[in-house]
Amino acid sequence: MELTHKSGRQETAAHDLPPAIELRGISKAFGPVQANKDINFSVAKGTIHGIIGENGAGKSTLMSILYGFYKADAGEVLINGQTTLIPDSQAAISAGIGMVFQHFKLVENFTVLENVILGAEDGAMLRPSLAKARKELTRLAKEYELNVNPDTLVEELSVGHKQRVEILKALYRHADILILDEPTGVLTPAEADHLFRIFDGLKKQGKTIILITHKLREIMDITDTVSVMRRGEMTATVKTSETSPEHLAELMVGRKVLLEVSKTPARPGASVLEVENLRVVDEDKVERLKGVSLQLRAGEILGIAGVAGNGQSELLEVLAGMQTATGSVRLNGQELDLTGAKSDARTRRKKGIAHVPEDRHDEGLILEFSAWENIAFGYEDDPAYNKGMLMDNAALRAETHAKMERFDVRPPHPRLEAKNFSGGNQQKIVLAREIERNPDLLLIGQPTRGVDIGAIEFIHQRIVELRDQGKAILLVSVELDEIMSLSDRIAVMFDGQIMGERRPEETDEKELGLLMAGINRKAN
Amino acid sequence: MQKMPKWADVALIPLINILIAFTLSGLIIWAIGGDPFRALKTMVTGSFGSTNGWGYTLYYTTNFIFTGLAVATAYQARLFNIGGEGQAMLGGLGVALVALSIDWPHWAIALPAAAIGGAAFGAFWAVIPAYLQAKRGSHIVITTIMFNFIASALVGYLLLNFLKVPGNMSTESAGFPAGTNLPTFSDMLAPFGITFAKNAPANISFLVALACAFGYWLLIWHTKLGYQIRAFGQSETGAIYAGINPVRIVVITMVISGALAGMMALNNVMGEAERLIDNAVEGAGFIGIAVALMGRNHPVGIVLAALLFGFLFQGGSELSLWEGIPRELVVVIQGLVILLTGALDNMVRGPVERLFLMLHKGEA
Amino acid sequence: MTMMRKILGATAALAISATAVLAEPAIIFDLGGKFDKSFNEAAFSGAERWAEETGGSYKDVELQSDAQREAALRGFADRGYNPIVMAGFSFATALNTVAADYPDTKFVLIDMVVDQPNVKSVVFAEHEGSYLVGVLAAMASKSGTVSFIGGMDIPLISKFACGYAQGVKDTKGDATVIVNMTGTTPSAWNDPVKGGELTRAQMSQGSDVVFAAAGGTGLGVLQTAADQGILSIGVDSNQNYLQPGSVLTSMVKRVDNAVYEAFSAGENVMPGFSAMGLDNDGVGYTVDEFNKSLITDEMMAAVEDAKAKIISGEIMVHDYMSDESCPSF
Repeated sequence: MELTHKSGRQETAAHDLPPAIELRGISKAFGPVQANKDINFSVAKGTIHGIIGENGAGKSTLMSILYGFYKADAGEVLINGQTTLIPDSQAAISAGIGMVFQHFKLVENFTVLENVILGAEDGAMLRPSLAKARKELTRLAKEYELNVNPDTLVEELSVGHKQRVEILKALYRHADILILDEPTGVLTPAEADHLFRIFDGLKKQGKTIILITHKLREIMDITDTVSVMRRGEMTATVKTSETSPEHLAELMVGRKVLLEVSKTPARPGASVLEVENLRVVDEDKVERLKGVSLQLRAGEILGIAGVAGNGQSELLEVLAGMQTATGSVRLNGQELDLTGAKSDARTRRKKGIAHVPEDRHDEGLILEFSAWENIAFGYEDDPAYNKGMLMDNAALRAETHAKMERFDVRPPHPRLEAKNFSGGNQQKIVLAREIERNPDLLLIGQPTRGVDIGAIEFIHQRIVELRDQGKAILLVSVELDEIMSLSDRIAVMFDGQIMGERRPEETDEKELGLLMAGINRKAN
Repeated sequence: MQKMPKWADVALIPLINILIAFTLSGLIIWAIGGDPFRALKTMVTGSFGSTNGWGYTLYYTTNFIFTGLAVATAYQARLFNIGGEGQAMLGGLGVALVALSIDWPHWAIALPAAAIGGAAFGAFWAVIPAYLQAKRGSHIVITTIMFNFIASALVGYLLLNFLKVPGNMSTESAGFPAGTNLPTFSDMLAPFGITFAKNAPANISFLVALACAFGYWLLIWHTKLGYQIRAFGQSETGAIYAGINPVRIVVITMVISGALAGMMALNNVMGEAERLIDNAVEGAGFIGIAVALMGRNHPVGIVLAALLFGFLFQGGSELSLWEGIPRELVVVIQGLVILLTGALDNMVRGPVERLFLMLHKGEA
Repeated sequence: MTMMRKILGATAALAISATAVLAEPAIIFDLGGKFDKSFNEAAFSGAERWAEETGGSYKDVELQSDAQREAALRGFADRGYNPIVMAGFSFATALNTVAADYPDTKFVLIDMVVDQPNVKSVVFAEHEGSYLVGVLAAMASKSGTVSFIGGMDIPLISKFACGYAQGVKDTKGDATVIVNMTGTTPSAWNDPVKGGELTRAQMSQGSDVVFAAAGGTGLGVLQTAADQGILSIGVDSNQNYLQPGSVLTSMVKRVDNAVYEAFSAGENVMPGFSAMGLDNDGVGYTVDEFNKSLITDEMMAAVEDAKAKIISGEIMVHDYMSDESCPSF
């Protein structure tokens, strides 16, 4: 009812349309932390509006307020010019707002169709809802290039397709305003392009899209307007055509940032890591690594590029001791146990392998633990942290404080729980723990995923510094820019194999992109 | 992210919960024609009004501290040990075997030996479900529950066929030798010139329970092992990342948990009955779940929650003994407290949090 | 006068902290509770009968836990109740320590012996009563196989089973007696479903008369026996009415009489040992309108003859608890 009323009004007031969303004086504090401060912001109907900002700048909080997850302390929200109360997500949905989260909220063992109608069923019986949804899905798929087989189980879908299901879910609920949080973080370049085409189609149909991202290039490519957030405040809203990436970056961090990593050519030393014919078969009997061989020397960074899910994670896990495998791995000439009692992560650490995992929420950190407890994570048996039978918590806290200062973790409070730090600061805690162990080999996965630009620069510098100290670094990242600018050598993985190796100065994104898609134009 | 001060979380909310439970109970007593205020007075004087009352209250409290700690230890690794009941039964068997094995010269020697016996048997009973969980994936909730039944049948069988004194009607073991009789509060306090009810069952194992609570605190928050248990409990993948062996942690945690439950037998078997009675645990293993829940898995909270349940048990027994309130109703009252402090915790938490947010905003 | 006593009694009950002026009797029920349809309930009905007939009042309590035994005993003694009756053998240990502290209070313990100067111990000759129903079972059986279902596996129940088996064998030498216990935990007293299963299992082995000495579990036995068209034998109270025409008889154990007598004697209860057997109607079998069609004159004559011979000592029924063995099994 409300929806038809709205669309009716939209047609009559074709010329001077009220903004799709307008926020007036929104403020939100979590205890002493002011996450949003007096935000005023409006998004014109039928446009793509980008929001960029460092992690912890308050973007997610703002969107959570808009979607009814948090209640603002002050201010009001206007949808299509009308003051609207959004106490919960149900209210947001009926106001025509759809949200696609960074971490998808899909039921893995339901089909696409079942996921789409979940929570939007009409009545107690499923059959009529399913039939209706099937028709609607076919229509949406045609209209917006959102092709997904409605009867596939979600767990069988690729990440890109899962994202389409999320978008379909929102559209099925008649969303006029779509909010997407870091939508391309998990996509291949081709999938990202496809997504942008979908955006174009949605825009043509008069939908409004709000895109939250770190990636300046995306902002430049597809948005009409861009707003910049910094430390809880909206610092600027500009037309995309009237700005430049450098300008935006400056607005975000309040200073000039070097997007290029400055580094000297590598001076590789002795061989540190030799991997031969590594194979991993997972629980479902699927071969995840199909005979990977590589070599890594002291003082160099080997970047592993590839679309997520092509075996990079398994490679890291095997080397870090989280996964058993067959084949051979030698560290400093010494054969490592890949299946037995000594194939665990602790043994690897003692042998000089440090590991910054891809997933810092589930692996790298215990979110419920305080910062100082996380600094001991994996190293809690270090004699320096123990006094007799007991752990020396005071010493550990002191050391954590020192590390936090050195790595510019904000706020530098060892007793604060990890979950209360922003993404970039969480990553710095993990880095502080792993890098300062002086490892021979650093395994580092997605070092800047969900990390703000200021922290990216800091993290990249640390990685290069470590290389210059003569350490071997294996970098896995789905960010091609990051691989290109950090690596001394690049290996591209596809379907559990290394498709080819390139030097960054001798290749370009196009060639790497083809390799990532499994096409090798140049024989090795 | 702090929604309300910590004191409100640990003290105010449980207090409100108890208050609601008591109000409801009062209404029920009033509805069946009793006088709720007199009932409350009977409960309070019966449990705290005399050294005899204290002696019973602390006796029950001791049981609940042990089982509460057992549940809490397992919970730190996110293992739900519902088998405290069976582990305490087996602990009783261990204590009885130790106590009956030789003619102990003095309780001070018998106590540590019995503690080891009870702990070992309790741990043994917990380690089988732990192993099945860690290696075979059998859910520990299911296996520990089943092990309660097996324990009950096993102890019953052994009592009947091996431990029972021939000619004795009750399924109970022979009385323990005098050298194993633990000093009661009356014995312990007499040297200080304090007279305590001579026949109250509270005994030195209360101090053992307090020592265990302190040990639990040290273990969980001040040792590597405790650190690893907590890390495993928060994230199993995280534990693998850190090189913490999940099988080892599950097994060790359950060993400690079962040992704590088993040591409860020091109190009820060795301290009170001075012989092994069939079904001697009487539900204390299950009360431990409520105690751990209410005590927020913190030793101080557990001791206080155990005291509350000790009061409920002793006060409740006074109610049924002298107020003519049926014992079923006493169980209802105890159930209400468990329901409100455990299952319905969020019912109170939500409004209190909102209240604090409002107050906070008022200040700002 | 009666009115006066009631008012006084009520006042005494109200002023619980004050010592009771009148020496009222008190009874403590065991963990099963006073409405267990069996032992405790029999004790309760005895107390009620006394209250009804004399107009007196008494205090009763149901235990929740073992630790309460001593507390309840001391509590009653401190408050001046006299005598204090305990229903159940589990009180023996607690009573042994408490009795000496209250020499002026009389205690009556049912089903167990405690040797103290102020304790009266009442035990029943369950084996003798069981012998008699065994005689009836043997004669009523057409298949020559009868059976027994006990509650929890304790010596007391074996005492029932052993007397029953002897009665059967003495009557019909080639008869088979199947004996099953429901369990080894107290829950065996209250598992009618399992009682029914055991009954069916025994039927499949040929049994056509089943004696249930199993508390609440027995109700399932009686029900199943009636459903399947075989005979059953009740226990403790007269259970003939539960399944008319199917319950052959009931082996009654007059716990109610024991309580009634103790209450009636008041403070003048005679300490010592009291055996309730066939001679003083402490145990027996029942014949009423629900089962008289099942008992022939021949059976009646045989069972009365056995009863007389037991009383006279001509037949010695073996007491399982004297040596924990049973020659008739």
